[in-house]
Amino acid sequence: MKLHEYQSKRLFSEYGIPIPDGDIASTATEAVDIASGLGGKVVVKAQVLVGGRGKAGGVKIAEDGIEAGACAEKILGMDISGLTVRKVLIDEAVDIDTEIYLGITNDRLKKCPVIMASAAGGIDIEEVAADTPEMIVREHIHPFLGLKSYQTRNMAVSIKLPEHLWKKFDDICQSLHSVYKTSDATLAEINPLVVTNEGNLLAVDGKMVLDENALGRQGDLEQLRDADLETVEESEARRYGLSYVALDGDIGCMVNGAGLAMGTMDIIKYFGGEPANFLDIGGGASAEKVSAALRIILKDGRVKVLLINIFGGITRCDEVAKGVVHAIDEVGVDVPMVVRLVGTNEEEGRELLASAKLATASSLADAAQKAIALAA
Amino acid sequence: MSILVDANTKVMVQGITGREGLFHTRQMLDYGTLVVAGVTPGKGGEIIANKIPVYDTCKGALEANSIDCSVIYVPAAFARDAILEAADAGVPLVICITEGIPVSDMMEVRAYLDNVDCRLIGPNCPGILSPGETKIGIIPGHIAEKGNVGIVSRSGTLTYEVLYALAQKGLGASTCVGIGGDPINGTNFIDVLDLFQNDPETKKIVMIGEIGGSDEELAADYISKFVDKPVVSFIAGQTAPPGKRMGHAGAIVEGGSGMASDKIEALMNAGALIANHPEEIPELLASR
Repeated sequence: MKLHEYQSKRLFSEYGIPIPDGDIASTATEAVDIASGLGGKVVVKAQVLVGGRGKAGGVKIAEDGIEAGACAEKILGMDISGLTVRKVLIDEAVDIDTEIYLGITNDRLKKCPVIMASAAGGIDIEEVAADTPEMIVREHIHPFLGLKSYQTRNMAVSIKLPEHLWKKFDDICQSLHSVYKTSDATLAEINPLVVTNEGNLLAVDGKMVLDENALGRQGDLEQLRDADLETVEESEARRYGLSYVALDGDIGCMVNGAGLAMGTMDIIKYFGGEPANFLDIGGGASAEKVSAALRIILKDGRVKVLLINIFGGITRCDEVAKGVVHAIDEVGVDVPMVVRLVGTNEEEGRELLASAKLATASSLADAAQKAIALAA
Repeated sequence: MSILVDANTKVMVQGITGREGLFHTRQMLDYGTLVVAGVTPGKGGEIIANKIPVYDTCKGALEANSIDCSVIYVPAAFARDAILEAADAGVPLVICITEGIPVSDMMEVRAYLDNVDCRLIGPNCPGILSPGETKIGIIPGHIAEKGNVGIVSRSGTLTYEVLYALAQKGLGASTCVGIGGDPINGTNFIDVLDLFQNDPETKKIVMIGEIGGSDEELAADYISKFVDKPVVSFIAGQTAPPGKRMGHAGAIVEGGSGMASDKIEALMNAGALIANHPEEIPELLASR
């Protein structure tokens, strides 16, 4: 789950990381008030969960409250890569001496978190990694030992940070690691971490991504979710514990297991069809979940045919069949269906479905080709 | 001979009294798996399926039984504790079926397991099936035949699809190992490829990968150096859009890395045959 800049920075601040004074506005009037309260020059920043907002005109500098109001007026409601700007952050403008990158993420290969710093701050770290990888220094964080001060010193020396800032830099690294660990984040990033003309360090921009699997133990953090980032179908799917990703085709897919769901999309494409979605009902899905899954797929008006591919392991074919029968009764399914059930309790599942008029398939290739033929 | 487990492997089930644990314990018993004990805190003293004693702790189960392998069905919030408990009690092989474990929990587990003599398979995996000998986990046993193909996979249901497709063509598996779809897991492709390469019963290898991470690329490098048995591979997610997590926590194309096309290219360069879809795998195996 991605957090907005202002949400990330507020969390950083709670853990002792210095951030610019500022507040969030959803109207131009609020922006004027906040900017006037701050006094002096401010930065008005669109709060959207996509990159490239600067290039899109979503970040503007204003000399005073009135100008900040005018900037907010322009930015609020703006469309940036398909997302509407609903909030702007008004931050005091900062005198920048140098800009540093600082971030923590999980290293899949080393199986532990890694903290990264670069003197090339303020630009997308993926660009730095691609163009000048030698500009990024890394230290791996042992899950039991945590982040040690010598590691942050290693980074400070490598990025040529003046010695008088090493202690402040260590404090910020330690705080960033604390917020990362405590919030079960998979990314916590300060970019840029600014060295001001007065010789202070300030987190001017921030980004966090939280582990979806850990939200259950994170209390209030789940409330920070931005519903705009998901389609209505995606949020409904999440409520039922289903993984759903909308695609552009016309063959609706309901599959158990992520790998098989991807494999089913791939085979539809291989035989010349276009999948309408990725949908994994997960392991051990109940009839209720299956019924919800069908409702969600059918909300997409482009779906011309439904392909149900279930290979039962922990999922029982009879439970899936009950869900399908229930959905047919409840929702009314008016598109043709191709159903393939194999594995745990497949006989019981097939019996349950025998009364419904459905095309059945024995193999995956057969199922995909039948669905493609029905969609044509 | 099979790898990791065989007909004599004595199995403990953690979470044996839960809905999934109970159901799959019965399925394992039906298959002939030697389930000898179960663990559910607070349910010690109960008997499952008229013969399996339940213990409150792994320690208690190990004191009373000889156990080679533990299989875990506990909910995600308790899975870290369950894995560590089994490892600490001295179980040499732990198979974790549970999906949805926080990644930081798994990093702790991995850091702990680095220093103890315990192999973890999974999490978020279907377990291990050695047809005709034992099944530990949730792979439906009746769809697979015994044979000489070693199967290793990041996906559960896609693995069943492959076992089923092989059986339809009269081919069987020596052992089938699901390593799981999480970004941080216990055993990776290379570990299992090495076991198959050294297993005289395994003549050919099927490797099922998917988008996300770089384990397939590392496996390709390993294959080119150390594996001389034929390898057939399928990589799921060729049609997955970037930046979207495709069900599995580990299945995501991020910042241009983890793409199916890169994995396929690496595997082809290593000499593996690539299937366009799972049902092509049997003919590709036959061609080698």
